[in-house]
Amino acid sequence: MRRLARTPVVLLLLALLLVASALLSTGFGAEQLPPSVVLEVLQAKLTGAAGSTLGSADAAYETIVWDLRVPRTLLAMVVGAGLALAGAGIQTLVRNPLADPYLLGVSSGASVGAVAVITTGVLGGVWALSVGALLGALVSAVLVFAVALGQGGLTPLRLVLTGTVLGSAFSAVASYLVFRSADPRAAESVLFWLLGSLGGAAWDRLPLPAVTVLPLGALLFVMSGWLDALAAGPETAAALGIPVRGLRRVLFAVFAVLVGVLVAVAGSIGFVGLILPHVARLLVGARHRRVLPVAAVAGAVFLVWVDVAARIAVRPVEIPLSVVTGIIGAPVFLLLMGRRRYRYGGAP
Amino acid sequence: MTKHLRADGVTCALGRRTVLRGVNLTVGHGETVGVVGPNGSGKSTLLRVLAGVLAPAAGRVLLDGEPLDQLPARRRAQLIALVGQEEELPGDLRVGELVALGRVPHQPPWSGGDAGERAAVLEALASVDLADAVDRPVDQLSGGERRRVLLARGLAQQAPLLILDEPTNHLDVRHQLALLELIRRLGRTVLLAMHDLNLAAGACDRVVLLHDGIARPAGRPGDVLSPDAVEEVFGVEAVPVTHPLTGETHLLFTPRRTARPTNRRTPRPATRQEPR
Repeated sequence: MRRLARTPVVLLLLALLLVASALLSTGFGAEQLPPSVVLEVLQAKLTGAAGSTLGSADAAYETIVWDLRVPRTLLAMVVGAGLALAGAGIQTLVRNPLADPYLLGVSSGASVGAVAVITTGVLGGVWALSVGALLGALVSAVLVFAVALGQGGLTPLRLVLTGTVLGSAFSAVASYLVFRSADPRAAESVLFWLLGSLGGAAWDRLPLPAVTVLPLGALLFVMSGWLDALAAGPETAAALGIPVRGLRRVLFAVFAVLVGVLVAVAGSIGFVGLILPHVARLLVGARHRRVLPVAAVAGAVFLVWVDVAARIAVRPVEIPLSVVTGIIGAPVFLLLMGRRRYRYGGAP
Repeated sequence: MTKHLRADGVTCALGRRTVLRGVNLTVGHGETVGVVGPNGSGKSTLLRVLAGVLAPAAGRVLLDGEPLDQLPARRRAQLIALVGQEEELPGDLRVGELVALGRVPHQPPWSGGDAGERAAVLEALASVDLADAVDRPVDQLSGGERRRVLLARGLAQQAPLLILDEPTNHLDVRHQLALLELIRRLGRTVLLAMHDLNLAAGACDRVVLLHDGIARPAGRPGDVLSPDAVEEVFGVEAVPVTHPLTGETHLLFTPRRTARPTNRRTPRPATRQEPR
């Protein structure tokens, strides 16, 4: 019998990998920078001696590294971690290994919101699109919640069906808005929200996802024992004294906010929330107090490199993140699911 | 002396179907009580109501004299361990992880995995003869092994009252007897639903016979499981014989002969499915 790796060891290795990835990935892009330049800029910025040690030629590097690449890497880490956490949690909520963070219809809701902002011109300013997307995501989540609840409760099957069906309806609405609109940005925008990108990363875009992912991730971790019980089944959870109905509602709200914010800043990025929880379970077993932190850090590392691939694959054009995650993710997922002893979905 | 568990006029409906009709039952401290009855007679529902996970439509359940529905769920789970019929489990869950769920009511949800938990898990697994399976994935277990692991989860809960829904299902003869012997050894109060009337008679201090949601008065197995009662409830003919070695009374079953003169009334055949 294969023994599980020790969680602290796995976490330490992943954390080291994350730091290394953050430093290395910052050098990649349309302009290739050696790690020494990256370190130099970071050192200058972090020690407060801004620009003083850098020559005029390096000022451009400074802008690239500090204003573009570093916030982008940090955003990739936050979004990757958030998606992995949401994926792990939603797979438990609906007791389905094929569930991903967008199951609740949030991503198509976000694209409706964003397209509505573009085509109607309501809301102004640089944040208009993100706000529209966030509103669309939250409205769709509330609708899914209300319909599922009205039809008998947030049971796994009902959530999956309601989310899928309403998600398709929102997609249709978004397509209709694009079709009606003469604005080419509408189509572009839908593409962004359906395929994901970190191209809009900037320092002022970081706080919102950061203050969403960190506390909600911590909340999920705090509830990990209850999540374990819920994963074993609602009857078992009830017998163990878990308030199943209340827990499901809290989880739904957590995922709606978490995924809504992530979609608003980065669009929907496929496969991250689907695969990383499985990878974490393979490494450290099924208990949430181990799975959640491992999935989060692994998700951060994964998305950092996915974004690097998106930046350099077809230089100088950037490709959408879901294109990269799909190409990497599909075979990895099939490989994982094909392993004989890995059968999250139950008996063959 | 207050009884450990007491049900007063418990009535329960699932959807539109009334499953339990005014069930009365008392269980004393340290007693082993069996619930028997045909498929669909309401055994599982009764156990779930008595465990506090399903609210009765009418009537009340008292645990140590206190109304069960006023206990916080977590406290209730510390006092009552319910091992229900099987649910589909995530396949990557390991045996040790499943049994450790029994510790959930005893610790804050963010903790777990410490030495005390490990010890409780191993002790519970050892008592069902599966100590070496702790790292195996649950989907590699046989049906009987799964039942025993689920029982170990209930044992790890270390509650004074153990409620087991058909714990001997899927078990081979040796493990059936071992399980009943284990229940005896525990010294806890045990309430269990069973299909095998002879096993129930051998293992329980008292049994209660459920028929269409109505409980007959509980009593000693020999009194409750009389051939007449068995014929009336199960629609089979039961012949008591004495075991030549142990001297215990066992029932032999044969299909009921058609026109039987002593047949006072014709019970409805129990063909409905067990509620899930």
